[in-house]
Amino acid sequence: MSIEHNIPNYFRVKIESDHCKKCKRCVSHCSYGALSFNNEKIISDDSKCVACNRCASMCPGKAIKIVKDESCLPPHGNYSRRIRNIIWAQSGTGGVLLSATGNDRPIRNIFDDLLLDACQVTNPSIDPLRETIETKVFFGRKPQKLDFTTDPIDPNKISLKTEFLPHFEIDMPLMVGHMSLGSISYNACMAIYQAVNELNILAGSGEGGLHPDFYEYGKNIITEVASGRFGVDIKYLQNTVGLEIKIGQGAKPGHGGHLPGEKVNSMISQTRMIPKGSDALSPYPHHDIYSIEDLAQLISALKEATRYKVPIGVKIAAVHNSAPIAVGIVRGGADFISIDGFRGGTGAAPRIIRDHAGIPIELAIASVDQRLRQEGLRDQVTLVAGGSIRYSADLIKAIALGADVGMVGMPVLIALGCRVCQQCFRGLCSWGIATQKPYLVKRLDIDVARNRIINLFHAWNEELKEILGAMGIDSIESLRSNRDRLRYIGPNPRIADILNVKHAGE
Amino acid sequence: MTENTLKEKINMNGNNSIEIDCAPNGKPLNYKILNEEIHQVINSGYKKIILNKVCGQRFIGASLQGDLEFVINGVPGNDLGIFMDGPKIIVNDNCEDQAGNTMNNGTIIIHGDGGDVIGLSARGGKIYVKKDVGYRVGIHIKEYERKHPVIIIGGTARDFLGEYMAGGLVIILGLKILPDGKITENDYPICGNELGTGIHRGKIILRTNEDLQSKLGVGAKLFKPDEDDLKHIEPYLKEFCEIFSIPYKIITQKPFKVVKPISKRPFGGSYCGQIV
Repeated sequence: MSIEHNIPNYFRVKIESDHCKKCKRCVSHCSYGALSFNNEKIISDDSKCVACNRCASMCPGKAIKIVKDESCLPPHGNYSRRIRNIIWAQSGTGGVLLSATGNDRPIRNIFDDLLLDACQVTNPSIDPLRETIETKVFFGRKPQKLDFTTDPIDPNKISLKTEFLPHFEIDMPLMVGHMSLGSISYNACMAIYQAVNELNILAGSGEGGLHPDFYEYGKNIITEVASGRFGVDIKYLQNTVGLEIKIGQGAKPGHGGHLPGEKVNSMISQTRMIPKGSDALSPYPHHDIYSIEDLAQLISALKEATRYKVPIGVKIAAVHNSAPIAVGIVRGGADFISIDGFRGGTGAAPRIIRDHAGIPIELAIASVDQRLRQEGLRDQVTLVAGGSIRYSADLIKAIALGADVGMVGMPVLIALGCRVCQQCFRGLCSWGIATQKPYLVKRLDIDVARNRIINLFHAWNEELKEILGAMGIDSIESLRSNRDRLRYIGPNPRIADILNVKHAGE
Repeated sequence: MTENTLKEKINMNGNNSIEIDCAPNGKPLNYKILNEEIHQVINSGYKKIILNKVCGQRFIGASLQGDLEFVINGVPGNDLGIFMDGPKIIVNDNCEDQAGNTMNNGTIIIHGDGGDVIGLSARGGKIYVKKDVGYRVGIHIKEYERKHPVIIIGGTARDFLGEYMAGGLVIILGLKILPDGKITENDYPICGNELGTGIHRGKIILRTNEDLQSKLGVGAKLFKPDEDDLKHIEPYLKEFCEIFSIPYKIITQKPFKVVKPISKRPFGGSYCGQIV
């Protein structure tokens, strides 16, 4: 027996034989091969269980429970079980460890340390059920001021002189983050695009091209031009409401992309426009961008290619120098900037990068917003912020810190059934989300999934209105960068300084 | 730009062809103005556009489609033919960087030196350069269904040739074509270091006696060309020779070496997906 096999299991599949009907449904639903039937009873190989809970959900007799494996390792405060498992796995395989979703280290979340203000006496709150509270956002480049011309004959006739640059309107300050067809399934993509279309919000295409079936939702899709340029052709440039140059991703700042060849089936091949079975490698940098000047050049190229009809943006991961980089991006001509914090998700990334690179989105938004303000550039661009906006409370705090739009990924997948087992890179998702295997993909019903996303964001939007009403603010745009409505209660006042937020009680 | 001022700058040659002066009164036009003019003349139905006195204007031919022909007199700027899908561009001079960036289809012929990063991520079309080129040429070109990008360089290339290549064909001939039309062998090395690093499809063909083993990048392997390889490249080489008036027999005077990927999945084994 090799040492590798001694890695202790995380989970145990508990099957109550009294309730088990031996229908074997759990066996057929377990895509990780943890369950089998030995002609007598269901038996489990707990080393393969990822706690995706598909078997438990599907068991008609409710006979299955996934529990934490109670076997323990000798306690050690420094060498946690996780660290020991990492060492065992690497010494067994010699490979770079992969991971998925966002950073799972228990690092303190700054959103949780922020409290919102509410009206009492001196300014009245607003009842969102009876009064209008706007949550719409204008996306793209905005004019610094408006010029008008007065008709020389009829001085009452005034017309707008300022020419608007490409921009559009969305009904909620929300964008479903970039998840490509490849990282998630066709059904998941379709559900997301239909939902954002219905809600008139945005979704990102990811860097894996746009399947022709999705063109009809293009007016709500921001397509991505990444270093691999997968699927980027004229139709891709035309069937979009905005184009984003992907420089970085919160889960893997500085890293490229790597869709393994076995996931490149004929549909992925068609969408990415690469041969079947080949790895889809996204180079780490764009090899036509080594400087802000080069970035400005690609921004200009995309503007030329789209004849100045759609906003062009740039996505960066939140890193130490985000603020000056963002200034360069705006000066380079970008109409919007997306910043993805270190908790941002991924379908596959080296664990070392996911868990250790980047900075929290809360700090990045605050510092970028502040710097753009100092340079007089903030009002020209739309700032999109993501990287673990988990629920509406995080969204509203992100906006108060300076974002225009929140970028959301995991909550959407969780709404579709994801149990956050973090195995996306294996392509075996039993819920039909992060997989390309047809028998798994069809488990995700597009209509049900779409409605769940619509419900989720509808609820978020209502909560935004509730909290705006309580603050006495009647438009989400009036909350943007309104840090006076935030207070800090965390342990580190230095964070409050960087956020430019007062401590609670101040 | 009003129609009148546009007419002053352009000469109509009849038969669907039109000339644009890209530096009226000796002052080069801004690229935005020039490209807008190009779009206007295309919308007016012109198919052949001759650009005179081009001086570094970027993005010429960006995302243009269909049966168009450009003749560029002067040096075009970066990103010539970016996202282009079909047209033919002939440059009668040198060219700046990134010609054919993310090109889907079409032809770019450069009667001079090319720049760096030629054909970045191109998915189809042909790029023929008469003289030398810079770094990272043919990076991440990829093939798909019937799309098969071809880059042929008459002279030599520098480091990172065919990096990350995911399909298509790159040929480096190592010739030196003098202004009087005389053709000799180029004195420079045929290519730089990190040849074909990360290549996972397609092939790079080099006409040289050099020992390339030490220049090979990760995932690239040297082969002798087999019959299929020679058959594959012959029509492209003949076309190249015809365009640049090179006698085909000169090409065959030196042997070819072929660089191909060791695997479609060069980095597949570098990762470990174990549950931790």
